[in-house]
Amino acid sequence: MTSIRHFPATHPLPDWRNFGVMLRVLLGVNVLAALGALVQAPDLLNWWERFMDLASIVEPLLLLCLGVLSLLRDGLWRLRLRHGQACVLALTALMAGSMHAYAASLNLVDGAFSRSILLTLATTGLLLGYFELRSRAFSPAQAEARLAALNARIRPHFLFNSLNAVLSLIRAQPQQAEAALESLSDLFRAAMRDPAELVSLADEVALGRQYLELEQLRLGERLSADWQVDEAALGLPIPPLMLQPLLENAVYHGVEPSATGGVVGVQIRRRGEELHVRITNPTVGQRAHAAGNHMALANIRERLALYYDLEARLETEAGDNSYEVRIVLPCQRKIR
Amino acid sequence: MPTQNPLKILLVDDEPPARERLRTLLGDIAGQCPVEVVGEAANGVQALEFLQQALADVVLSDIRMPGMDGIELASHLGRLDRPPAVIFTTAYDNYAVQAFDLNAVDYLMKPVRAQRLLAALQKVSGQRPDSALFAGIGQAVRGGGRTHLSCHERGRLLLVPVVEVLYFKADLKYVTARTVEREYLLDESLTHLEEEFPERFLRLHRAVLVARPALAGFEKAAGDDAEAYGWALLRGVSEKLPVSRRQWAAARAELTA
Repeated sequence: MTSIRHFPATHPLPDWRNFGVMLRVLLGVNVLAALGALVQAPDLLNWWERFMDLASIVEPLLLLCLGVLSLLRDGLWRLRLRHGQACVLALTALMAGSMHAYAASLNLVDGAFSRSILLTLATTGLLLGYFELRSRAFSPAQAEARLAALNARIRPHFLFNSLNAVLSLIRAQPQQAEAALESLSDLFRAAMRDPAELVSLADEVALGRQYLELEQLRLGERLSADWQVDEAALGLPIPPLMLQPLLENAVYHGVEPSATGGVVGVQIRRRGEELHVRITNPTVGQRAHAAGNHMALANIRERLALYYDLEARLETEAGDNSYEVRIVLPCQRKIR
Repeated sequence: MPTQNPLKILLVDDEPPARERLRTLLGDIAGQCPVEVVGEAANGVQALEFLQQALADVVLSDIRMPGMDGIELASHLGRLDRPPAVIFTTAYDNYAVQAFDLNAVDYLMKPVRAQRLLAALQKVSGQRPDSALFAGIGQAVRGGGRTHLSCHERGRLLLVPVVEVLYFKADLKYVTARTVEREYLLDESLTHLEEEFPERFLRLHRAVLVARPALAGFEKAAGDDAEAYGWALLRGVSEKLPVSRRQWAAARAELTA
């Protein structure tokens, strides 16, 4: 089973193939280079010039290091943390040394060999320290606790209204009441499951359908759903309870406040290495329940960040008569 | 205690199963409290329409409903000649429940128990809903004004959707609401209306509030007009509204914004 415990964002040795990690490394090194240039430059006019000189040496080395470390990622992860960090330091020092030797042979660089090595080691050490601290801040235990708190968020409004609807069915249509209670228990099982485990998209879609059927029980013809799901995407793993809270939002803000009701649209597509989820609902009148809506969206945004760091995004678009939420996730293949 | 006559009850809820459930429960307690369900409605507007034709002793109303919610319904009910008592039912609404507790308003939590329903019915019948109280609670709970205004006309209660009102004008004792079709005499004060709908209506004059979307333009008054500094032109009707010197700049800014 795939789990947040194996997720790159939480490993103390960073995943050099992750976009967020690359961005942080590039920014960190360049900021250090800019500071170094400022120390060397006699005045601000020469700062930029010094920085460009430095960059012509630093950038190729940086890209080379990132490339090599990306290739060796899985091997490094298998080592113990301190050994892994030592290996990274040794590797970057080795590459800095060979770059220096090569540049010196072409007369492109002045300064001592040992100075280049020391500067490289210091920069790498700083970054490794930063990533270790960061992984501690997002440690699996803490991330899991955050996730658990964020996950258990089915609206009480929905629970009590559904129970009420089931009660109304018990005497007249006992079989329908049984089916509804079964769906309700599935929904709560999902809400109480270990939030760190990924689920298959097929399960999440099934849960979403069950949820909408329950809502249909009480809203009747006012609620209709339009599902367009790419069959090829159904096997992909996604974080649990991504879809259901968005459907709940769509019903609560888009369908319930309208006397005539509306259609909740769900579109799930795989585009290359990305999974695109789009949920649309109509909007009614001028009274928006904006506060509640933002809470649910902020909740999902935070969970996406915990699972995928910068590689997932959530966008919303409010049209004249409709509201749309889009989520884009990387198609994470099962790890291990 | 009610007399031998069964208590006449109107059920108001936008969810059919919720109305069905109340019907079942009322059947269960019929032995202790004879009742007759005289009708059902899916929101406040339907309920008020129903009560123009028929009488009820008690209205059992949900709170969150599309069109007109239960709290606004209660504020209009208070203006009927023979208003029914109101009992609210709600699944979960923190704000409303807090407001009700503060004001000692009776409410039932869904799913409702038969015994609680019985107790509420025995206590509430004959009580008249307090319009001003519910107008206040409604505004606090939903964070906005009513959807409709109500007025009496030849013994009937007319509902005027707020979005259709072009302007309010205060005369000696009454406030007139103008829609594209006609005028209505309201028993309201201009100050209260301005406070209740600050986003929709703009003060033009001591005696005039205009709906912002209805504003079409302005023209300066002739030099010595005592009544108005300028005039506002409206969409949909040919009348002009007076604008006072104090409001002139703010009103002009509204149109350019």
